Amino acid sequence: MFYREAGDFKTSYVDDSQTFPIKFDRYRYYVVLAVAFGIIPFIINDYWANALLLPFLIYAIAAIGLNILVGYCGQVSLGTGGFMAVGAYACYKLMTAFPDVSMFIHVILAGGITAIVGVLFGLPSLRIKGFYLAVATLAAQFFLVWLFNRVPWFYNYSASGQINAPERDVFGIIITGPNAPAWATYMFCLIFLTFCAVVARNLTRGTTGRKWMAIRDMDIAAEIIGVNPLKAKLTAFAVSSFFVGVSGALFFAVYLGAVEVGEAFGIQKSFLVLFMVIIGGLGSIFGSFAGAAFLVLLPVVLKVVGVDVLGWPTDIVAHLQLVIVGGLIILFLILEPHGLAQLWRVAKEKLRLWPFPH
Amino acid sequence: MLDNSEGYVTEDGRKIGGVVMEMKNITLRFGGVVAIKDISFDIREGEIRAIIGPNGAGKSSMLNVISGFYVPQEGEVWFHGSKRPPMRPFEVAQQGIARTFQNIALFEGMSVLDNVMTGRLAYMKTNILQQALWKGKAEAEETENREAVEKIIDFLEIQHIRKTPVSRLPYGLKKRVELARALAAEPKLLLLDEPMAGMNVEEKEDMSRFILDVNDEFGTTIALIEHDMGVVMDLSDRVVVMDYGKKIGDGTPDEVRNNQEVIDAYLGVSHD
Repeated sequence: MFYREAGDFKTSYVDDSQTFPIKFDRYRYYVVLAVAFGIIPFIINDYWANALLLPFLIYAIAAIGLNILVGYCGQVSLGTGGFMAVGAYACYKLMTAFPDVSMFIHVILAGGITAIVGVLFGLPSLRIKGFYLAVATLAAQFFLVWLFNRVPWFYNYSASGQINAPERDVFGIIITGPNAPAWATYMFCLIFLTFCAVVARNLTRGTTGRKWMAIRDMDIAAEIIGVNPLKAKLTAFAVSSFFVGVSGALFFAVYLGAVEVGEAFGIQKSFLVLFMVIIGGLGSIFGSFAGAAFLVLLPVVLKVVGVDVLGWPTDIVAHLQLVIVGGLIILFLILEPHGLAQLWRVAKEKLRLWPFPH
Repeated sequence: MLDNSEGYVTEDGRKIGGVVMEMKNITLRFGGVVAIKDISFDIREGEIRAIIGPNGAGKSSMLNVISGFYVPQEGEVWFHGSKRPPMRPFEVAQQGIARTFQNIALFEGMSVLDNVMTGRLAYMKTNILQQALWKGKAEAEETENREAVEKIIDFLEIQHIRKTPVSRLPYGLKKRVELARALAAEPKLLLLDEPMAGMNVEEKEDMSRFILDVNDEFGTTIALIEHDMGVVMDLSDRVVVMDYGKKIGDGTPDEVRNNQEVIDAYLGVSHD
């Protein structure tokens, strides 16, 4: 009954172009923010942080990044895992080289370095499109993983070939390493996610976003009305890679703590993030959240239901998860190519007329 | 006849200014096919210039040369008194030439408002960091351009579909949205590639009215391609007639109508 736009008059263009034009949406957003920042940090424990919240926050950043590239700019990328690895290794090198610098700066710089690498691998996008570009980014994925495996400088010549996050703090609060408290790691990731989501939303609702979408929908027409395709595509690669790099840095430094590149950032990671974007909804910031939440929650729910409640063997449940994700991808592609975000949009449109649909 | 560089006055009393765009001896080839052969003509400020001709005459190729999509092998394009170097289409757009397409080229995934807003790209000066912040410069710029866009939306009477995704619109409205997008750029020269293709009589009348209004209210110079002879003769001030890539006529609608070569091209010639 609250979900109405009637009576909520917009008297300026600023009001009309805000992120949540409907009052109820706006208040819901404030409530979510208040809970995320004001309540969860006080009740969080290690299990919730590591099993659900941290992976959700970090994958949501990666999904927003990939969504900018695939959903908004229409450039298919299978190199997400590789770019996350760039973020992770950049962060590692920075953390070990400059131990006194704040983690905030390390993570942002890691994102910046990934953005540069992303632009380099985005250059072919000017000449090739669609499947061919996907294959080119796939090359980036394999090349980057190979690079971090084979060049010992990247893992500081450690015997195992792994990278381990040393203990670092922000304003005296330990963020990385085994002694980091759950609430601190959670808050650290949450701040980055909020920042990334707001920036992504601001970019996609303004000129930059319209350029990206114009390129996505019809690149020839976009060029004829004055979009420089090279610039538009490369900014998409840069912004997308920045977010993906930030998520890679957080994934390594805050969440895992120790990383072996082929395992943590292999091709499967690229697909996982791509699935999040497809299931969540291409071209929607909310969709990136929904997709990340869905694919992080699914294994946990399956494990609780399958192993703990029904008593099935663990391996069966693990395989079942692959089957379900695969099936869902196909279902979404056929039934709702715009993903969970579109389902949510349809639900909202229905809700607007409820209880008197005409 | 119209060699006077000061312009001329049309039958209905509109003043036409100096030359805005001049095509000098344009030749365009695709391999062995000569699409345009040594064509010269000019477009004057404030006039409605039509390019007509039978199918395959090279009209669309001509428009593509003007909008920078094709680079002619020979000839020069002069815009506002200076020779235009070969440039990419987006640079031509930034110079103030906007166009619509024969088969609509809108951005289907975006709303009408966003589509029309893309027409204002040349006026968007904020950088990506300012846009990421949104508050301040980017928001002010967005609002300013939104006002300009809303004027165009009012003008073309598409207020009711402002927030509708373009993919949901019927054909006639899409054509109008495309015109809105081109107009939003406040172009110095507006190119319309068959603005009335596939429309019924009523829609054609609407579109003709809009074209005349645009020319009248904003003083926009318009070059258009059209097949409907009635429309062309009524709307345009001067007409270029093309056939097989060559120019066979140029002048006022009346002059062109009585040109023997033009009549031959349209009606055919007996070969006895």
